[in-house]
Amino acid sequence: MTTLPLEVNGRAWLVEVEDRASLLDCLRDVLGLHGTHAGCEHGVCGTCTILLDGAPVRACLMLAAQADGHAITTIEGVAPRPGEMSLVQDAFCETHGLQCGYCTPGMVLTAEALLAANPAPSRAEIIAAISGNLCRCTGYGQIVEAIQLAAERRRGANIPAVETAP
Amino acid sequence: MTAPLLRGPFRYVGHKRRVREDRRFVTGAGRYAADLALPGTLHVVPVLSEHPAARLLAIDTEAALALPGVRAVLTGAALAAAIDPLMNGAHTPAVRRYPLAVGRVRYVGEWVAAVIAESRAIAEDARELVRVDYEPTPFVLDGETAMRPEAPLVHPDHGSNVLLDRRFVWGPVDDLFREAAHRLAYRLAWGRSSTVPLETFAVTARWDEAQETLDVWASIQMPKFPDQIARALRLPGNAVRVHYDVDVGGSYGVKRGIKHAVLVGFLARHLAAPVRLVEDRLENMTGGDMQGPERVFDVELAFDADARIRAMRMRALDNVGAYAGRSPFQLGKPIGAIVGPYRIEAVAYHALAVVTHKTPEEAVCGFGQAPTNYAIETGIDRVAASLGLDRIEVRRRNFIRAAQFPYLIPSGTRYDSGDYHGLLDKLLRAAERACSSGADIFAERERLRAAGQLAGIGIASCLEPSGGNSAFEPLLNEHNRTTTWMESCRVMVDALGAVTATMHTTSAGQAHETLVAVAIAEILEIPPERIRVVRPDSLAALPSNSPVGSRMAIMLGGAAVGVARKLKDKLLAIAAHDLAVPMADLRYREGDISAPDGRALAWLDLVAIAHREFFRMPQGMEPGLAASAVYQVPTGGALPVDGRVQMYPCHSFELHLVLVAIDPVLGRPELRRYLIGHDCGQVISPDVVRGMTLGGIAHGIGAALLEEFSYDPATGQPTAVSFMDYLLPGAAEVPEVEIVHQTTPSPLTVFGQKGSGESGYLGAAAAIASAVNDALAPLALRIDRLPIRPADLSDLIAAAAIRTQERP
Repeated sequence: MTTLPLEVNGRAWLVEVEDRASLLDCLRDVLGLHGTHAGCEHGVCGTCTILLDGAPVRACLMLAAQADGHAITTIEGVAPRPGEMSLVQDAFCETHGLQCGYCTPGMVLTAEALLAANPAPSRAEIIAAISGNLCRCTGYGQIVEAIQLAAERRRGANIPAVETAP
Repeated sequence: MTAPLLRGPFRYVGHKRRVREDRRFVTGAGRYAADLALPGTLHVVPVLSEHPAARLLAIDTEAALALPGVRAVLTGAALAAAIDPLMNGAHTPAVRRYPLAVGRVRYVGEWVAAVIAESRAIAEDARELVRVDYEPTPFVLDGETAMRPEAPLVHPDHGSNVLLDRRFVWGPVDDLFREAAHRLAYRLAWGRSSTVPLETFAVTARWDEAQETLDVWASIQMPKFPDQIARALRLPGNAVRVHYDVDVGGSYGVKRGIKHAVLVGFLARHLAAPVRLVEDRLENMTGGDMQGPERVFDVELAFDADARIRAMRMRALDNVGAYAGRSPFQLGKPIGAIVGPYRIEAVAYHALAVVTHKTPEEAVCGFGQAPTNYAIETGIDRVAASLGLDRIEVRRRNFIRAAQFPYLIPSGTRYDSGDYHGLLDKLLRAAERACSSGADIFAERERLRAAGQLAGIGIASCLEPSGGNSAFEPLLNEHNRTTTWMESCRVMVDALGAVTATMHTTSAGQAHETLVAVAIAEILEIPPERIRVVRPDSLAALPSNSPVGSRMAIMLGGAAVGVARKLKDKLLAIAAHDLAVPMADLRYREGDISAPDGRALAWLDLVAIAHREFFRMPQGMEPGLAASAVYQVPTGGALPVDGRVQMYPCHSFELHLVLVAIDPVLGRPELRRYLIGHDCGQVISPDVVRGMTLGGIAHGIGAALLEEFSYDPATGQPTAVSFMDYLLPGAAEVPEVEIVHQTTPSPLTVFGQKGSGESGYLGAAAAIASAVNDALAPLALRIDRLPIRPADLSDLIAAAAIRTQERP
């Protein structure tokens, strides 16, 4: 077992994990953040996507220990305040860009990262961004629409185009 | 009693409205089975068979048990002595199935033993230490081969590898074949794929010794799930409490998990601790028992010179894998739409289900209908080709006409309603509009061909039988007399006037809570947001048969309407008594009731009378405001007669039109344009129907072009066991889809709704195959096997090119 400092959703944690624990298992089993889901556990489906320093990363493919020194964002850390939703989350609700919800946290985080870097993505850029996130329910149509809608709303919401780390 | 039908305009039904479930999912607050973390939980991993067929000589668990943190290792022999076998669908009592293999293994990935430890990681470590002594025996993978007398028997006690062998003749098939001007025959294969949800199967069980109850949280879509657990564990039904407030991370038919739940339930009781099993992907793909139909068709059609198809003979052989389950019934459901949308007068159908040494099949989206639609649609294309006629024109000539509904098909089902010609016209108008290149779909095909590509247009026109019942069970198994297949809803208005409704099953993304709220809101004329929808556990639940067979809009919607009407009637009776006015003279509006003279009782007045002022209640009426309704499938209830039965009540219709381009060197089909005409009667939640339609098309693309549970014929080993070799369509593989809507209400449902849960999937693969074959037609090639692999296509095209060059 190792005691590890982790920064998750803007808060500092000290977690006790086995050396071999994946970041996914650590988030779910140690921190109780069940919004990050296991899909294939071999890096293909993107269900377990989290943001590592703002970039989408598969939590099943890295050890918890590798996250030391990096800022982790999970789906629980996306909303601006408790009880609220981010523009992206709200847009997914507006277009019904989901069904069973299992891939949704990964999709939302991938979309957040895309829009933070590219406030006006084309359809092709949206598809490229989510091409590593599988969804079995929607056929992706309403997901693409959600990201387009979020981009449009975000552009009108006075959010800085590129969020840079301090 | 026939409930009055409503035909709009509606307040809430059919209007764009947010889906109430979405909020918890986008915030990561869904509650999936794997999210449950009970203190002291033990973790199970199965030991997987390495052989397709072998005798189990010995299992040495000593080293595994010695590992710190390991609590137990359970073998099949020990488990089988303590429980009853899992239920079979077909009448095959000698095909016994237990969660863990007994005496022999029958497929790679079959569970041989279960290791239980304090963490999943320890259990996985210990699994490596379990020594299983196998004696490999001959195996058979192919369905046709398995029927030969010399084939190794998967279940020797059964005496054969055939589980089901039924022949039906509906109408004068032989006469029509003699009379018809033309005949043709063809063979097709639908490859073994599945809907493969991103969430694997997960279950936790806890035994409460003081109350003698087993609590189960599972990611399920399974009719009679609590009953099956209780039977296998020899418990009374009221000792098994299945929690339905578990979100299921995708199912599309396959989340059955009965062997998982029985194993975990047994362990929870015997180890006196909560026990959970969450499959990893390898366990899911091999021993998860969720593969879909693998079917070979031999079809003959008899038709006239004007392309009118008179009769069909169809033989369908399902290779169901190593055990029976419900999979043989997947040959039964298509009987309810065996002629598709066409006026075929007589059909002979030979249904064969065969066991082999592959992973067992389970119910997959459409329950066998998608392969059958592929077989029928291929036939229509072939009739057109043989007569030199346009494929769309041949469909037009054979479609059932709108004026002919309700339409009785030869196998005994009456189609409720439809306007196939109308939707075809609408779809073609949309297809003739220019796409991005400036050409309509037909001109675009010619443009691509002129540019050196292979290009083809595919069409599929097919039915989605909906409102699922179990009529195929008594039809295929005379020992089964189940014709009841109900759904239920309860509604309660509390003393503060708030409304709570119930549903009694899990959901896997179909937005059933939204459905219940909208249906009740429509009848009570109150905003859906005022209605909370909850899911009591199975011990507090009314009967449900779970969301199978595209049934919930019809069945749960029907139950919700029924209960809302009962409640409304009670409110009216209270008001009639209190105002001393006949009920028929009262006016109900948005929860308030007024008399002709202007006196009125508001919603809260009525609530006060029902909850607090008994002296104002009509004599003999129960206090409070609660009602429940149990709704049987419309038309359902009769046993089969002469091999004919009314299968599902409602029939949605869909028309797929797709343009495919194939680079002749790479052989990879690209979907350039995709249109679907869709008619599921009155839509209740437009965003939900649209999402299911698009999602179904994506599944069809997978089945047509990407997904297959392949096996190595030499070793019997599965060769697609991860997402690196079993390919799921990503965003780049699914084109933008244009949907053309038509609304032909069902006369059998209150709002005119039909099912749409399986739409898209039922015709997409057929349409894509049709398009690929249209693209290959100039080379005189065709492919009659799904999935269509780029390697197969490029080989075929290259071989054809060589033949052409060799010709003088």
